[in-house]
Amino acid sequence: MKKDGNLSVLLRGLLVENPVFVLVLGTCPTLATTQTVIGAFAMGLAAMAVLICSNVVISLLRKVIPDTVRIPCYIVIIAGFVTVVQMFMHAFLPELYELLGVYLALITVNCIILGRAEMFASKNSVARSALDGVGMGLGFTIALLLMATVREVLGAGSFAGIAIPFIKDHTIGIFTQAPGGLLVYGLLIFAVTAITQGRAPKKKSFGCEGCPSAANCSACMGKEEA
Amino acid sequence: MEAKLLMSILLGSILVNNYVLSQFLGICPFLGVSKKLNQAVGMGVAVIFVMLVATAVTWPIQKFVLDTMGLEYMQTIIFILVIAALVQFTEIVLKKFIPALHKSLGVYLPLITTNCAVLGVTINNITDGYNFVQSLVSSLGCGLGFLLAMVLFSGVRSRIDETKIPKFLRGLPVTLIAASFMSMSFFGFAGIVENLLK
Repeated sequence: MKKDGNLSVLLRGLLVENPVFVLVLGTCPTLATTQTVIGAFAMGLAAMAVLICSNVVISLLRKVIPDTVRIPCYIVIIAGFVTVVQMFMHAFLPELYELLGVYLALITVNCIILGRAEMFASKNSVARSALDGVGMGLGFTIALLLMATVREVLGAGSFAGIAIPFIKDHTIGIFTQAPGGLLVYGLLIFAVTAITQGRAPKKKSFGCEGCPSAANCSACMGKEEA
Repeated sequence: MEAKLLMSILLGSILVNNYVLSQFLGICPFLGVSKKLNQAVGMGVAVIFVMLVATAVTWPIQKFVLDTMGLEYMQTIIFILVIAALVQFTEIVLKKFIPALHKSLGVYLPLITTNCAVLGVTINNITDGYNFVQSLVSSLGCGLGFLLAMVLFSGVRSRIDETKIPKFLRGLPVTLIAASFMSMSFFGFAGIVENLLK
């Protein structure tokens, strides 16, 4: 495997390897927490915090963790950081804690985090793993914000809770509800595929093997017809 | 009264609060394993099974261990470990004692560990304050709802596969858009269950 420069480690999560739009990982929180811009921002930051911390710790322990039980070890480390974030938000940001609800706990089973642990942090130095965590976390946050912006502006006529004149009188309520989430997500993936055509990496190179669904997941085998 | 309540929990979690189509839990297997009908059924049945067993184990742990010892904050870690161990254990037991069932469900079991629907249902049961029986019924409902969504969607996908689709829409985008329409149709159930059991 060719070693990439530190800058590209940081930047590739933003578009070319965007975890949400290109690699289609972590779909559940993407759809569930993007009804409002604030919720999406909070989810992105929470996941990013967990991603950076777990990447650093797993990278530190990469020579200690036995290969055969590595996945359970990663899950425990990730669940530990999720708990820390949960307690922190419960104490200092109780409104956001209520807003995110069960999805905060579900960061534990977010494929992005386990995938990065398996594919990147377990093979790279601490600094590079941290950079990778920042990049992927930013990519995740930006993707969530983008989705939430579309959904909140069209569905509720506001941005981050601030009403937009004119649009607020002509809202399309379905966008803040479940079907709108799936629709916007589908269209955004379509847009990103059209922009990054040919440059998007095969999923295999990302660390889908870390996800137990890999063997049966058709999304994991690259784009279906390709 | 109790039977009515249980019925409304069951129907509500199958139709109104369908885990896949309105709560967005378990989207990964929903998109990944719904290409063929038999795979969709296998995955759905395996999820129902694991959800029921996971609830039967995590509910007592929460009530009698975590709550009594003031360790509620350990919920996430304990639950995910319990589910992971349980899935492994189930696989071993099935392999040893019911090989036929293991043959049909076996491949799906390891995938379920990181299925957020399973962790989600165990946590939601606690958050909603259900008692033991209600929790089991709600897990059954969520599992059945997952199976229903998988089976319906595998039908939709086999139709999509035979259609000509613009290049960049192929694969996931069109799948998600189809899922969006299906989720819209499930909206029709909202309100039905409450009125049905009044």
